[in-house]
Amino acid sequence: MNLKNALRAATALALVTGSAATAETITIATVNNGDMIRMQGYTDKFTEATGIDVEWVTLEENVLRQRVTTDITTKGGQFDIMTIGMYETPIWGANGWLVPLDDLSEEYDVDDILPAMRSGLSHDGTLYAAPFYGESSMVMYRTDLMEKAGLEMPEAPTWEFIREAAAAMTDRENDINGICLRGKAGWGEGGAFITVTANSFGARWFDEDWNAQFDQPEWANALNFYVDLMNNYGPPGYATNGFNENLSLFQQGKCGMWIDATVAASFVTNPNDSTVADSVGFALAPNAEGVDKKANWLWAWALAIPAGTQKEDAAKQFIEWATSKEYIQLVAENEGWANVPPGARTSLYETPEYQEVPFAKMTLDSINAADPTNPTVDPVPYVGIQFVAIPEFAGIATEVSQEFSAAYAGQQTVEEALEKAQAITTEAMEAAGY
Amino acid sequence: MATQHSRSAARIMMAPAVFVLLVWMLVPLTMTLYFSFKKYLPLRGGDLGWVGFDNYVRFVTSSAFWPAVQTTLVIVGGVLLITVVLGILLALLLDQPMWGQGVVRILVIAPFFVMPTVSALVWKNMFMDPVNGLFAHLWRFFGAEPVSWLSDASLASIIMIVSWQWLPFATLILLTAIQSLDSEQLEAAEMDGAPPLKRFYHIILPHMSRAITIVILIQTIFLLAIFAEIFVTTGGAFGTRTLTYLIYQRVLESQNVGLGSAGGVYAIILANIVALFLMRIVGKNLDA
Amino acid sequence: MARSVTTQRKILNTAAAWAIGLLIFFPILWTILTSFKTEAEAIASPPIFLNFDWTLENYAIVQERSNYMRFLWNSVIIAGGSTVLGIIIAVPAAWSMAFVPSKRTKDILMWMLSTKMLPAVGVLYPIYLLCIQLGVLDNRLAMVVILMLINLPIIVWMLYTYFREIPGEILEAARMDGATLKEELLYILTPMAVPGIASTLLLNFILAWNEAFWTLNLTSVDAAPLTAFIASYSSPEGLFFAKLSAASTMAIAPILILGWFSQKQLVRGLTFGAVK
Repeated sequence: MNLKNALRAATALALVTGSAATAETITIATVNNGDMIRMQGYTDKFTEATGIDVEWVTLEENVLRQRVTTDITTKGGQFDIMTIGMYETPIWGANGWLVPLDDLSEEYDVDDILPAMRSGLSHDGTLYAAPFYGESSMVMYRTDLMEKAGLEMPEAPTWEFIREAAAAMTDRENDINGICLRGKAGWGEGGAFITVTANSFGARWFDEDWNAQFDQPEWANALNFYVDLMNNYGPPGYATNGFNENLSLFQQGKCGMWIDATVAASFVTNPNDSTVADSVGFALAPNAEGVDKKANWLWAWALAIPAGTQKEDAAKQFIEWATSKEYIQLVAENEGWANVPPGARTSLYETPEYQEVPFAKMTLDSINAADPTNPTVDPVPYVGIQFVAIPEFAGIATEVSQEFSAAYAGQQTVEEALEKAQAITTEAMEAAGY
Repeated sequence: MATQHSRSAARIMMAPAVFVLLVWMLVPLTMTLYFSFKKYLPLRGGDLGWVGFDNYVRFVTSSAFWPAVQTTLVIVGGVLLITVVLGILLALLLDQPMWGQGVVRILVIAPFFVMPTVSALVWKNMFMDPVNGLFAHLWRFFGAEPVSWLSDASLASIIMIVSWQWLPFATLILLTAIQSLDSEQLEAAEMDGAPPLKRFYHIILPHMSRAITIVILIQTIFLLAIFAEIFVTTGGAFGTRTLTYLIYQRVLESQNVGLGSAGGVYAIILANIVALFLMRIVGKNLDA
Repeated sequence: MARSVTTQRKILNTAAAWAIGLLIFFPILWTILTSFKTEAEAIASPPIFLNFDWTLENYAIVQERSNYMRFLWNSVIIAGGSTVLGIIIAVPAAWSMAFVPSKRTKDILMWMLSTKMLPAVGVLYPIYLLCIQLGVLDNRLAMVVILMLINLPIIVWMLYTYFREIPGEILEAARMDGATLKEELLYILTPMAVPGIASTLLLNFILAWNEAFWTLNLTSVDAAPLTAFIASYSSPEGLFFAKLSAASTMAIAPILILGWFSQKQLVRGLTFGAVK
């Protein structure tokens, strides 16, 4: 092919790809989780109804966070809708970077959003992001293995019971690990898990004067318990396992118990993906004996509109569509009630069909058990359960969780990890001017 | 021999390249320097004023700094060592007469075409995963306990992944060098009864020294900047945090642009030290 | 280079080289094979090598989720454009360095290479802000320019080393015959330099194709290349080895095929002056 032909071909193709933008087009950045991918499949319905085209930028969670944070802080204006979480929303909202969602339509019924989700996605009472789905954490366990072990899972187990059950279910011969838990570094991965575990042992990140608390015995108890539990009954290499790795292990029947996000319930009970779909039971996240806080987190993936977008109205229309009751209905009709995005709306849990879904009640109970404004036994100056809603937290917690992961992998002791965590946090908080 | 005329022509011809690179270097460098003296926290309102050398002091006194420098040097050194040594051996082998040399060369060169992100993903999930990875299957087949590569042998794993990507490059350059060797010289040595090892040491290796230098120089430039391989596999945990990754954490995870920029300046200094060091060697080998 | 060896030796060489070649190639082969399996077969223990039910469903799923052709096309434009632009700027520079060398030539060359050492993450914010100012976020032309700048030092160096191997006597002779600078460039140097330019083109096309930091951070929709495509497959929920393999295969296949077809040209010029 000579150059001229190549150029001609290039122009022709450029025209073809460039002419797609006829009507208004909004660009949405989102995370590559199953529910979002499903939503992309239904985008045509939205375009049909409104004439608004949608461009998806689907990215893996860490890349997404890096991308949208850079864009919002520099006012880059690359996206009309961003998928963000409960950690970012209040901080960005407070900075005036998000369009307040205070004028949503009557039919949308904003009061139907679960109170915990609504307050977590608001700043000063104003909603800044609409929850697409919400989650807490709970215990998922194999009913068949539990029976074989001769145990019965209480509705609200303690950590001590979890250890006993893990010991009884572990069967190394058959490649069954008593328990699978997140150990992967990253504030949203293992960091989130160990934080709620610590909460349930009575620990906290900061005291009321923002002093790091890793030198307190509660943290040592929590971390020692976790390491001991996982070393004995966890899968090999658990220090690099996050949500996805554990999900895949559980689906393959290699875990007796798994404590993780409530949204996982629909994946582990889906017979297309899961080999153990018909023998999964659910229970509330555990707490240590005598501690009044459970290892429940609270999270929502939510849709927000960056301030300054030219397409605010179209973006709002999309958000109203994607987080509406009608969308839930649409998914339910096409894929069954078990696959609708959970944890966002009260009305969903009042729907009779949904109440028959095995994990519906436990999900709602778990979400209701989480209290972001009062996450720990001792009082704290922050909001957030598995995170601390200050801008510095993501950086600090990622480094801290890296130290913890190194301890899980046996590269340092729990005491060393805690000492480093204390130093990292103190250093970073000083740098931030606390 | 060049005339005055051709000298000025030469200058004009060089100008565009020099100019664009100068801009490309100076603009970000100036901005990095500017930010490095600022308290710049995007999530706390952006520019919070000048802070002198605070960021520099904070970056270098952080407990993460020296380990990061060390990790950087270990990874660069490790990959260089592996690719050069294996590259020489492979080049020697490929230089031998054989059937299907072209196909073998295609097989060997292939990893070089693979995106770093893809190769990191493939290695991490399909090979190094301690439960479902191919290595785990292999280990279990021989009755051994599967290794958690990315936590227990994290640095070695990353060095291995990166070496796999760069081995083709080293092999090809070294192979071209060997092939340009005067075969008569070798045959003469063979006739003299010089044993293979001696022939390699006294004839082949000196001949390849130039190629080895080039491989080291080019790879160092690319290896100092590796990011995707760490981002995808360990996220900087388990002692795999390089200087580049530390800067990433400061800028993007901690959202402290000032501190990250100071780190960027240190990274430039480190790169220049390495470059200076390299130029010493390369200069000797590269002179026209 | 016709060295005579015994057949036995040749068989040994062949066996060893093929074994090592296959070993090095194996991860890619395994990825391609896995992309045709179902998710269950992809993680089967013991691993299944060939006797599985070949399926295209993973490719269908990936294609349904993302518009592969658009990513591919952006990759082609960005990698191709930056390489061509780079060559246009680099050829004159490399020519003058090679044929009218001055005392500072080597210093300039080394300085050029050193610009590659600036860590990209450190300047993400400055560059991002700059792109906003210039209004060129998610812009193919901007990506072409940026990738050109990143690879320009390598291009200049490769061409320089290649040009230097062109014997000066030919130029002398041409000058004696009264050839102008333009004629010298056009009729004598260019034909001799074509293999070197071809190989430079290829190498830089590969480097630009695989660049994953700027292409990921400065694009969103219109200019997003395959590096952004793969970023949406890195860790989805549940079992994903087969889908990951399919997406990976789609991301690397074009460049792999191009590389294989052109490897002779690539190899010929990939010496960086290492061979005298």
